[in-house]
Amino acid sequence: MKKIAKTLMLTAVISMAFTVTAFAPKAQAWEPKKPVEFIIMAGAGGGADQIARLLQGLIEQKDLSPRPFIPINKPGGSGGEALLYLQGKAGDDHTVLVTLNSFYTTPVIQDIGVDVSNFTPIGRMALDNFLLWVHSDMADITDLDSYVAAVKAAGGKWKVGGTGSGQEDSILTAMMEKEFGYEVTYIPFPGGGTVAKNLVGKHIDSTVNNPAEQSEFHRAGNTKPLVQFTAERLPAYPDTPTAKELGVDMQYYMQRSINGPPGMSAEAQEWYINLFKTLFDSEEWQTFCTDDGLACDTWLAGSDLGEYHASQIMLHKELIESVGSSAITGE
Amino acid sequence: MESILPLLGAGLLEAVQPLNFLMILLGCTIGLMVGAMPGLGSVNGVAILLPITFLVPPTAAIIFLAAIYYGAMYGGAISSITLGIPGASTAVATVFDGRPMAQAGKADKALTAAAVASFIGGTISVVLFTLFAPPLAVLALKFGPVEEFALMVLAFATFIGLGGDDIPKTIFSILIGLVLATVGLDIISGQPRLIFGDIPGFLHGINFLVLAIGIYGIGEMLWTLESSQGKITVHKVRMSLGILLGNLKDVKEYIKTTSLGSMIGFFVGTLPAAGATPASLMSYGLAKTFSKDPESFGKGNVAGVAAPEAGNNAASTGSMLPMITLGIPGSPTTAILLGGMIIWGLRPGPLLFTEHPGFVWGLIGSLYIANLVTLLINLAFIPLFVRVLTIPFSILAPVIYILCVVGGYAPTQTMHDVWLMFLFGVVGYLLRKLNYPVAPAVLAIVLGPLAERSLRQSLISSHGDPLIFVERPISAICIALGVALILYPVIKKRLNRKKQAA
Amino acid sequence: MAVIMGLCSIGLMVKSAELNIGWIDGRGPGSGSWSFWLSAGMLLTCIATLVRWFFGTTPESRNRELYMTRDTVLVVGTSAGAILFLLVLTHLLGMYGALILFLLFYLKFIGRHSWGLTLVLTIAIPVAIFCLFEWALKIPLPKAWTEPMFYPIYDLMYS
Repeated sequence: MKKIAKTLMLTAVISMAFTVTAFAPKAQAWEPKKPVEFIIMAGAGGGADQIARLLQGLIEQKDLSPRPFIPINKPGGSGGEALLYLQGKAGDDHTVLVTLNSFYTTPVIQDIGVDVSNFTPIGRMALDNFLLWVHSDMADITDLDSYVAAVKAAGGKWKVGGTGSGQEDSILTAMMEKEFGYEVTYIPFPGGGTVAKNLVGKHIDSTVNNPAEQSEFHRAGNTKPLVQFTAERLPAYPDTPTAKELGVDMQYYMQRSINGPPGMSAEAQEWYINLFKTLFDSEEWQTFCTDDGLACDTWLAGSDLGEYHASQIMLHKELIESVGSSAITGE
Repeated sequence: MESILPLLGAGLLEAVQPLNFLMILLGCTIGLMVGAMPGLGSVNGVAILLPITFLVPPTAAIIFLAAIYYGAMYGGAISSITLGIPGASTAVATVFDGRPMAQAGKADKALTAAAVASFIGGTISVVLFTLFAPPLAVLALKFGPVEEFALMVLAFATFIGLGGDDIPKTIFSILIGLVLATVGLDIISGQPRLIFGDIPGFLHGINFLVLAIGIYGIGEMLWTLESSQGKITVHKVRMSLGILLGNLKDVKEYIKTTSLGSMIGFFVGTLPAAGATPASLMSYGLAKTFSKDPESFGKGNVAGVAAPEAGNNAASTGSMLPMITLGIPGSPTTAILLGGMIIWGLRPGPLLFTEHPGFVWGLIGSLYIANLVTLLINLAFIPLFVRVLTIPFSILAPVIYILCVVGGYAPTQTMHDVWLMFLFGVVGYLLRKLNYPVAPAVLAIVLGPLAERSLRQSLISSHGDPLIFVERPISAICIALGVALILYPVIKKRLNRKKQAA
Repeated sequence: MAVIMGLCSIGLMVKSAELNIGWIDGRGPGSGSWSFWLSAGMLLTCIATLVRWFFGTTPESRNRELYMTRDTVLVVGTSAGAILFLLVLTHLLGMYGALILFLLFYLKFIGRHSWGLTLVLTIAIPVAIFCLFEWALKIPLPKAWTEPMFYPIYDLMYS
């Protein structure tokens, strides 16, 4: 009897010890203590917004965080407002930002006094691609050469729609102007969806859009892609050549990453990295990437992402300098 | 026609399935509540509930979200009428006549009119949607920047009648609204504009709700305080089923403006970029222009409540059209709905109608049902809402101030906007004492950005040639109509004078 | 008032002129021109109002009553002051602390309600706001340094 009791006690002690060791790191590890502000540097309904809301939903569905993530849109000043907000939140562990490339371009084009290399890198969720699109009725234009010829013939009156001066597609448009030695009229619209619609309605002649913004119109036979600005052909567009194949080395991607404010604690950074890694590997996220034409193969986190940011900031500074910021703002 | 009916039938059946019907009931009630809170609109309700909808099938989810959207459109009128603060940007025009009616002790009548007009607007709109969705999608495609600007000219023309008698002051009010609308980032050049003192809060521009809540919430309360000199006013309220039914009989007083407003609302709603707020304002403006008794508008004319409510509900249904067929959100709320659809793996676009008929027709069917359900819920709650007015002013006032402050904070979650709102409230009050009309400023801040952007986009594409606006047929028609509307009151006055002379 | 607004208009014109206010060939108006000419228009309407005031064409200009009587200033001023106070306190104490003080002041000293009613409302309204915004709608309101006090409530809400 005594022996049994002893054994039982021992078992209890051992199992308790195990329990303690098993839970000890978790008890000490950082966890959010209040709702996390999930800042989106673009408006409601855009690509970054969709990503944030999908991630928020997945976090809740999979019960990955003890506190909810609350998406807040701060689209002001091409994301400048969001960057300033995060800068002001330095040292805060309960704020994260979903980015697009205005993360790099806005501090360069607008003098807002934010250095994004101080921000705490968490993880890169996806890379978005760009393609050049025209209306399907433009029978004469079948490839890049005929496109360039048509634009040159229009003598500066060729209308390219985009999502706003200083946005990704305007940089790519300016890069093309420089490369091919033509000039176009750039017309900004609010959001890639509106650009796509204006192309289908023939209010503009061509556009540089993400696959997600055009895929349905392409499937309906309204628009056609001419060239992809990627390293390799996307699986969804096997017949469209890349610029590189055509001898024009022009590649441009838009990153979608998660970043914290400057000076976020290392424990919190680690917690967020683990969280977003789990999300990145989830089936739902990978399906979303495939459907949306995003590239989600490589996971970059922490200091690796920081290095990636540093190289992208350099690249964007060079790009903006080489095309001149006036080519982007139009004034 | 033959092909639509079975599809619609299937859609209606889909909508009354237990789970979907439950979603409609829940959504409408939540929407009504969120819509009734100043500062919070359907955007908040839809955005917050989006993650929950991962738990149910997509059709049930979109029905739920659409029901919230719908309910919020009804709900916006409630605080506009009872408290005098627009519950949502779409309900600003409802304040113009709803508030005076409530002050005259006719809140029940105004609320009934709002509910009935919303129902009529929603129903006309959903019928039009059912019948003409595909051709309208083609028309929406024809609307480029040039046509958008022409539509804005038309919209401004409908407001001409809204100003006071003092023309310089009315123009001043319009202009200040337009200038405030330019604050923020210039979309064409990407440069920040009018960022006073480099305060980052100005970068997102001046939210329309900030001005509306400031002027109508805080400004209006200060004005009421002054006119009552702090005396407690208690409104007499009577409410019974008999009165309710009696109020329903008044429908004939506003059926004409309601139907007109519904058509306009639906049409404006289907155009991407416009949305329900301009629709409700245009509907109000037209109701006044074509009224036999325009003088009574703004002083408690029941048609002035019915017109904007019909307009905004019709537009909210209309704005589903570009969302479904073109994948373009016509309003911030549909932007989030759109995001939801993409997350569920449904790609909105020209093929959605043919590839996912069950989803699309289920949604359309649910709109019919949601309309009816919201009307009934709303009518049932009217006695409760009316009771709000019996609360003593010295309790109601701080509660309204708090709702304004919290409501001003909620949309962008910055204190910056709350300060601005307070400033607008005080300045609005001071200007109002000098007979400056404030409504035109509120209208201008809604339409200003749309007008400026489309004007400049058009001029860029025409290389600076203004003739583009009369060369394109749709745009020429809109501008001609606009000019006609501006001249209409003048001509009417002339004719009346001649009649009197004769 | 027209004078003040006129001065504001000039200020806006100057501010707009920081950007390109001219017509750019082939691109239409520059980014500052829309706001510049609108402000110019505001200035004109203010001048028109002043002229009309001078000649006494508007009813307000013939109005010999005081713009604001002493009573009005008192009634309206206290209310406006109370809101100002609420906003300043929000920065210092967070929204909830500020709400409690604001309600206490308004109900007791302006409304002159009984202590019982005042206390019930002072507690009930912030609680209602909390339930609606933080819990149902998930919109966190500013809390300044009172934030840690809410941690136990979050534990309760999300457990």
